Amino acid sequence: MATFKDFRNNVKPNWCPGCGDFSVQAAIQRAAASAGLTPEKMAVVSGIGCSGRISGYINSYGFHGIHGRSLPIAQGVKMANRELTVIASGGDGDGFAIGMGHTIHAIRRNIDVTYIVMDNQIYGLTKGQTSPRSDMGFKTKSTPGGSIESALNVMEMALSAGGTFVAQSFSSDLKELTSIIEQGIEHKGFSLINVFSPCVTFNKVNTYDWFKENITKLSSIEGYDPTDRAMAMNTLMKHNGLVTGLIYQNKEKPSYEQLVEGFKDEGLVKQPLEMKKDKFDQLVSEFM
Amino acid sequence: MIKQLSWKVGGQQGEGIESTGEIFSMALNRLGYYLYGYRHFSSRIKGGHTNNKIRVSTTPMNAISDDLNILVAFDQETIDLNHHELVDGGIIIADSKFKPEKPEGTSASLYSIPFTEIANELGTSLMKNMVAVGASSTLLGVKPEDFTSVVEQIFSRKGNSVVQKNMEAIREGMAYFKKEAGNELVDFHLEPVETKGRMFMIGNDAIALGALAGGARFMPAYPITPASEIMEYLIKKLPEYGGTVIQTEDEIAACTMAIGANYAGVRSLTASAGPGLSLMMEAIGLSGITETPLVIVDTQRGGPSTGLPTKQEQSDIMAMIYGTHGEIPKIVMAPSTVEEAFYDTIEAFNLAEEYQCPVIIVSDLALSLGKQTVEPLDFEKIEIRRGKFDLSEELPELEKNVYFKRYENAEDGISKRVIPGMKNAIHHVTGVEHNEQGKPSESPDNRNIQMDKRLRKLSDLTDRFKTPVFKDERHEDADLLIVGFNSTRGTIQEVMPRLENDGIKVNHGHVRLLHPFPKNELKDMIDRAKRVVVIENNATGQLAQLIKMEVGSEKLKTLNKYDGNPFLPAEVYQSCKELL
Repeated sequence: MATFKDFRNNVKPNWCPGCGDFSVQAAIQRAAASAGLTPEKMAVVSGIGCSGRISGYINSYGFHGIHGRSLPIAQGVKMANRELTVIASGGDGDGFAIGMGHTIHAIRRNIDVTYIVMDNQIYGLTKGQTSPRSDMGFKTKSTPGGSIESALNVMEMALSAGGTFVAQSFSSDLKELTSIIEQGIEHKGFSLINVFSPCVTFNKVNTYDWFKENITKLSSIEGYDPTDRAMAMNTLMKHNGLVTGLIYQNKEKPSYEQLVEGFKDEGLVKQPLEMKKDKFDQLVSEFM
Repeated sequence: MIKQLSWKVGGQQGEGIESTGEIFSMALNRLGYYLYGYRHFSSRIKGGHTNNKIRVSTTPMNAISDDLNILVAFDQETIDLNHHELVDGGIIIADSKFKPEKPEGTSASLYSIPFTEIANELGTSLMKNMVAVGASSTLLGVKPEDFTSVVEQIFSRKGNSVVQKNMEAIREGMAYFKKEAGNELVDFHLEPVETKGRMFMIGNDAIALGALAGGARFMPAYPITPASEIMEYLIKKLPEYGGTVIQTEDEIAACTMAIGANYAGVRSLTASAGPGLSLMMEAIGLSGITETPLVIVDTQRGGPSTGLPTKQEQSDIMAMIYGTHGEIPKIVMAPSTVEEAFYDTIEAFNLAEEYQCPVIIVSDLALSLGKQTVEPLDFEKIEIRRGKFDLSEELPELEKNVYFKRYENAEDGISKRVIPGMKNAIHHVTGVEHNEQGKPSESPDNRNIQMDKRLRKLSDLTDRFKTPVFKDERHEDADLLIVGFNSTRGTIQEVMPRLENDGIKVNHGHVRLLHPFPKNELKDMIDRAKRVVVIENNATGQLAQLIKMEVGSEKLKTLNKYDGNPFLPAEVYQSCKELL
């Protein structure tokens, strides 16, 4: 059995001291060990931004791609070898701005990929511009007068798009975060996990203390039922999206891979490349 | 009796014009004739003039014809737009329903046949196409029973009575036309040929079949004209091989998903046209720097932007070669016939894995959609080579915190490839400059090592590539060398004997590898010609510019056409005469 130490490497993250992403890294490593994975059977695919570097900080197969495209790459990996556990990750700019088209379609496609977004509501690596998750009025280098666009409520969006695993967590709450990631890995289908991961350098509004004051844990809401989509939506609206925990899960809907005609349990990568002569002759005769 | 003729059917889009041509040509293909079809269509589903021009010959040919012998018309617009192509003594066969009129100045004969009326009497006006097929093929000396197997193949799933009705429509069309025209039109009878099993397919069919035979098992793609047939074929066939097609949200997703699947060890491709290729540019660079195999098919059409989306053009050369920022190794190959499209697609997957780089297979609309007779493809020529990659290889254990050297600085620039899931092969992959283990590195020394490693990978490609230039060298020293690429090959081949007849010594070089450019092969041909003309369907002479840059010749003349239509042999002939 692998332990979380087996998922560590000796690469020193280039994140600022105090960055929320450290906890996300640790939570992925713990969840992977807890889920019984081995580093060889896991692939972490990440986008571009501070958080995108995470694939290089975990001892597993890692693919650090291009801005906004972690999800199509991750889905390609999973389709090629469904025996792998595939984790996609990146920031809120990566997933909800440049990569939004892929996010919403990955949600409705429901390929078994666990997508972890490190949401700091700002562009960090480009040194402080607004993000689709920035609140109205939020002042940044690109919105000096305060943002005049609405912040995207991603959890509500994921529910509307037919998400089968919709969850949110906070990087300070390592225990809950690890548990959520583990559940996401075990979910058969696409899981979206949005993690409040404060940027200590550029976001002076949505700080650790701010989240601690404003977050409601779903575990503290009596009778909350994560299989009830309407309850999930109402709860999100009531709390302006600031809840953590498993918001919604649909275990009934089959994953994309389960629905693909002729798709085998064994990874596609293990299927033979060669074609038999009688098959070829048949294909040729169809054009005669 | 004649050796070849040209037949065209035209009408409004959505009226079954395509299937009329399809049935006509399938039957003739099965009789052993050589066919070449070209569809004129617009970017709309219903309405607008469309036509399908089909050339029938007793010998192989790969070009549309200059003129037309028989025009089948479902509306007056078809006659008005196309009668000028008709030869002296040509025939117009038109539906009596629209009261066809012969335009002034045409010498063609007009036969008004009640296509719709006969079809209605048989039960449905839908069968007017079959009546037209029957009426027009009588001219060629074709018998009703020559259509039986085709009609059965197409309509049998709708039941025997539908098959019988359609056969009846063909017979009635033939009978009516014979009664109308008498026996005065035997001039159009085709010389009989030996019946032989040949394929009848479009270039996109060959590319899709090549992908399947070449071991491709996954295709993410976004629909676009003229590439969609590739994904449509593969979604039908891949499940039997465990694979599938995903229709993605856009071409960026298609390209990056294919990169993800190739990274994980599955041969994957995507296919698009210019607009999609533009969207893939950043991802192509990712494939280059991460040394992930990737196969992209670009079926060129009229650009820029949406341009002429259903028309012929060859204007993506520079975008394919130089597109994507930064510098990467890349292979751009250009099949020039349907057969080559099949074999080249297989080879594209081999090269992508051997060189661990993106490979673009370039086609053009005429090659991708032109339906033609193809000699049976050879199973024995299918070969799969995966380069420095062996899924079953057992690797030595890695030291703690040391990654597998996926980007080892090998002498030939090509490192051993391993994939996720393999034991003792963990490494990092990133579009950031990286060291041998794939870990990010900005060190100038490392940068030089990795850039040089990647860029020397293709140094032996032009020597290894099979037939980088198709050569038809009839003369040691030529008056004229004609150079082209993709679908113009058949047209050029057709023009050569006409020029030779005028006493002009002509050689032909067709470029099949656009990048890295086979400069030595072409230079030799250019050196031995008094004049060189580069023929291409674009306005700026991109291939000619490439030759000037790579080979540096002062002799080059260009012949460009960018009105959306393929070159006619007569146009090329005329221009070559003027150039000399």
